[in-house]
Parts: sequence; C-alpha cells; structure tokens
Amino acid sequence: MSTGPRSSAVVVWAVIVLAVAAVVGLRIGLGDGMARAYAERVEMRVTVQDSESPNGERVVEWVEWKSVSPAAFLLASRETPSQDRVQLSAAYTVGLWVAALLTLAIFSFLYRDNPAYRLAEAIVIGVSAAYWGVIGVWDSIVPKLGGALAHGWTTAYILPNLPEPTAQSQVGMGIALAFGVLLLLRLVPAVGGISVWTMAFIVGITAGAKIVSHVESDLLAQTVATMQPLVQPVDGTLWNVATVWASLPNVLVVIGVLCCLTYFFFSVEHKGVVGGAARVGIMYLMITFGAAFGFTVMGRVALLSQRVEFLLDDWLWLIDPLERRLVDGVSMIVGTGGIW
Amino acid sequence: MQGVLGILERLDRRWVFLAMALAVAGPILVMGITRKTLPETPTDASRAVFQAVQSLPRGSTVLLSFDFDPGSAGELEPMGVSMARQCALCGHKMVFISLWPLGGQMIDQTIKKVLRADFPHLQDGVDYVNLGFQAGNEQVMRVVLTDFKRAFPTTKSGRATADLPILSGIQRVGDFALLAEVSAGYPGSKEWVQYVVSASGGKLPMVSGCTGVQTPQLYPYFPGQIRGLLGAIKGAAEYESLINAWVLDPANAAEIASTGADVGVSAVIPPKYLEAQRRMGPQLGAHLLMVVLILLGNVVYLAQRRSQRRAAA
Repeated sequence: MSTGPRSSAVVVWAVIVLAVAAVVGLRIGLGDGMARAYAERVEMRVTVQDSESPNGERVVEWVEWKSVSPAAFLLASRETPSQDRVQLSAAYTVGLWVAALLTLAIFSFLYRDNPAYRLAEAIVIGVSAAYWGVIGVWDSIVPKLGGALAHGWTTAYILPNLPEPTAQSQVGMGIALAFGVLLLLRLVPAVGGISVWTMAFIVGITAGAKIVSHVESDLLAQTVATMQPLVQPVDGTLWNVATVWASLPNVLVVIGVLCCLTYFFFSVEHKGVVGGAARVGIMYLMITFGAAFGFTVMGRVALLSQRVEFLLDDWLWLIDPLERRLVDGVSMIVGTGGIW
Repeated sequence: MQGVLGILERLDRRWVFLAMALAVAGPILVMGITRKTLPETPTDASRAVFQAVQSLPRGSTVLLSFDFDPGSAGELEPMGVSMARQCALCGHKMVFISLWPLGGQMIDQTIKKVLRADFPHLQDGVDYVNLGFQAGNEQVMRVVLTDFKRAFPTTKSGRATADLPILSGIQRVGDFALLAEVSAGYPGSKEWVQYVVSASGGKLPMVSGCTGVQTPQLYPYFPGQIRGLLGAIKGAAEYESLINAWVLDPANAAEIASTGADVGVSAVIPPKYLEAQRRMGPQLGAHLLMVVLILLGNVVYLAQRRSQRRAAA
C-alpha cells in the first residue's frame, strides 16, 4: 500500500509529459506550424592582391547564408512570391530542434536522472572541451607563440596581420615555451618532478601580481570608503529628517564593519559588550547572505526564463515578443494563409 | 501530521519544480501575447550608469568589455545591448573587447542587433570596432595599462589595430573616457577594479553590469571605484527603462536626431529594447512563489516542532 501515492504521482507526471507532447504535436499540425529557421543568401565579393595576376589583384566571390527572422522570409515572399533569396534553412532548423530537445533533456533531470539528461550533459562537456581546445590553439598558441617565435611562417600561412614581435616578446615567449615543455614532462615519470618548477613560477607570479592590487583596491580603498563623516548635514541643518536619513547609511556601514570585525576577533571571549557587538555582526552577516541568496535566485530565474522564452517563442511559435514573425501567436495557430 | 500540513510535509519536491515552471512560463506567455511590461523605478546605482554615459562629451571613446558568454546571456545581454544603444544615441565611439572566449560572438550579436540595425550610418573601424577575445585574463589588463594596441594587435576580423582611425588617440586604457564592463564572473568587474581602475588612480571611470551572483561582491566598490552598477536582470530592466524614457521624451528628439539616429524618437520602443523589462514578469511570478514556499515551509516546520513536543510530553 505504501506505493500508492508514488504510483499515482507517476501517473500524474505521465499525464503532464503526454500533455506537453500533445501541445507539440498540435503545434506541428495546426496553423502555420512551428520551429522553422530561415536564411538569406548574401553574395560576397572581395578584391585580393595576387602577384600571379596581370594587374596584381583578383576578385574572389562566394555565397554566405545568414540567419534571418521568419518575418524576413514573409516580407520577401509577399514582395516576390517566386523569390529564392530568403529560404527555409534545413541546417538552422535542425539546430533549432536540437537546441530545444537538449533544453528539455536537461530539464528532465528535475524529474529524475535519465539517459536523455546524461546524453545532453555529455554533449555539453564534450563541446565545451573541444571549444576550449580550439580557442587555446587559435587565440594563444598561434598568435602569441607562433607570432613571436615563428613570425614569418605564421603571417605567411595562418594570420597575415600579426605585428612584428619585439625582442622582449620573443624572449618572453621563449621562456613561456620552456616552462610549458617542463610542465608537460609530468607525462614522463623519470623526470616528472621537474614540472614543479613551472608550478612554482605560476604560483609565485600570481601571488606577487595579486597582492599589490588586492591591498590597493580591497584594503586601502575600502578602508577609505568606510571613513566617511557620520553626520551628513542637509541644507546646513543638523536636526531634521533629511539629515538623519542622509547620515543613516554611513552610520550603518561603520557599525556593521566594527561589529563584523568583532565577530571574527577570537582572542577575546564573546561576552558582555563584545558578545553583543558580535551578535550584531552575525545579523549583518545573515542579512548579507540573504541578499546574496536573493540575487542568486534572481539570476537563476532570469536564465530559466530565457530558456522558457526560447521554447515558447523560437520553438513552439506560441508568442512573438520580438515581432520576428509579424503575426501574433493566435494567428500562427489558426493559420495565416499558407505563406509559410 | 494530518490534513494539509501533512500533505505539505510529504510533498514531492518535483511539484515545487512544476509550480516554478508554471510561475515562470505563465508571465512569459501573458507578456509575450500582450507585449506589456511592468513599470520600473530605477535605483541610484542604475541612474549612475545612465548618467556616466550621458555626461560624456559627444564623440568620447568608450571601452566596452563584454566578459560573458551565452550561459549568462539571459541576464547580461540586455545590459550590453542597452550600453551600446546609449553610447550610439549619445554619439560616442565604441571599442568592444572581451576577456571571455565567447565574448567576441556576444559583441557581434550586439553590433548586429543595435548598431547595424538602427544606426547604419556608423562605420566599422571609425565609430565602433570589435577587437574580440584576448586570452590572458589579468595579464591583458596589465598590458592595456601601458600599451592598449599591444594587447589587441588585430580586430576580431583580423585587421591590424595600429592604423585604425577609432584608436588614433588611444595609447593606453586610461585614454578612454569610460570603461563599461559587462561581467559574468572571472575575469570580470572585480579584476578590472583591482588591476586597472586602482592602478589608474581613479582617473578611468568605470561602470559595471553584472550577474546576480556577483552583485553583492561588487556593491562595496560602488560609488567609489565603480561609478554605476547594474545588478542582475533588475538592474538591466531599470537601465533599459531609463534609456527608453529618455528616448521617448520629445525634448531629446533634436539631440538624438543630431547624431544621425532615426530610431524610437516619436514612435513606440522596438521590442528588442524591452527584453530586460519583459523578463521582470517571470521574476515577479517566481519570487512570489518563493515567498509563499518559504512561508509554507516555516509553517510546516513550526507545526512539526509543536507535534514533536506534544509527543515527547
């Protein structure tokens, strides 16, 4: 009998999933359909230098397909029904469907762990790792290392506009390359210990660079910001509501700083005045944590609402807040005359 | 416990997830269909961002650092769009950079959405430029302190920055009139304050838009080291509403028109400039649900404690 509520919950959740599937099915069949992406053909034409050409240059032409809104297709088709400049894009449409299905797969974890979620998670991790690899090669190794140590070859075959390296940058990149090789020696057990030199260099440089800026911006500047006049007279008057209201923030800041510092001062037992100040300090900390939690919730809800907006707008075509289809959701469901 | 409290005590957490989904999706549907937004009352921190851009002389060069990626675009993209839009409306020049790998693409989207669509008279390389992503985090910040073009030798499209008209008067980061930062984490606003604003001795004014998670960490820097701060989607909505109100004010029509812009002066605001305000609808629904859930949780907790005391007695 203990499985009763659980099995009824499963039934309810199954009904919810079927209802969502039914909405998607209906949207596919009803009215103007859903989830289609369009692209515009753009003719590209560039003149490049060519030493083998009689006049020293030649024209390079190619076609690019740029993503456009469904409204662009609608307007182009109304103007010229036989136009083929703006077309339904199979690639972008597949991408749209993949994005929607992966979003739903990630959300499915809220019910329980499942293969669809694990597949989506693996895709995210794989794509991220691959992207970071590509970024590392094309934004660090090629322009910085190649641009400094093999400038001629890099500009001739990969990135033509790299500036000439200075002697200083060449020496710097040579040292960086040497430390990089030392770090990779971890893979060779016999000499792996030498890689700690690189780690020591990184830790030392990071600590040295950070300590100055932290002292300057977080200790000194924040101390100065705390040392404000407690009383802020408004209109030259000390005793009025406006003065009290203007002075309150500075008073609260000073009390808060002193009480929070007292709470973290463990050399004296927290009793009497010290204990009272420490308790006020705890309250300040709790209010801070509460504010931080509130802001975090706001951030997460903003991300959730963006994904839900994507599902309802780009995928299901139920709403059109950005006016990308030029017709409202109701018209999309009923049908607008087959131009889509 | 019996009755409603008993049901709440044993409530499967997935019902809470479903309620949250409905609390978020409901307002999106309603606001998506009606195209209405909620009114905003800007805070001092948001007003300060608006004023910092507004008070610059026309033609000033602003450095916009888009340190975010699609993972936080829901919160931060509207801020970036609004910053670019206000700079364009005020006739400022814009130099876009990013210390996040995908930031270059976020800049491209903003340029396409704002500058190419509504300010077609602005020229790439003269009025704005996308210098794209540069690897190195704080090291890039240290280099731009002394030699900006050494840190960004080429634009995102590969053009050399040495002879770029927009950078003709720029030797170091301190030569910019304003640093406008959109930050999702590390490296971001905190590092810009620590390594650049502090090192410039306060000569480089900085405004920041950041995620909700970062906002409490950055508030201590306001208004001293950071002149203005947009906290989370609420800050973005306030900033957006300030710009929209300024654009719709007939008194500013001549000033806007003199920059060559022809958008939104007399008509309604385009929906792409209402994105943050539209996202405050689901915020309202979700936060109301959160408040109700916290209250219910406390009621259940107190009832539970009471019944345990009775059982012990």
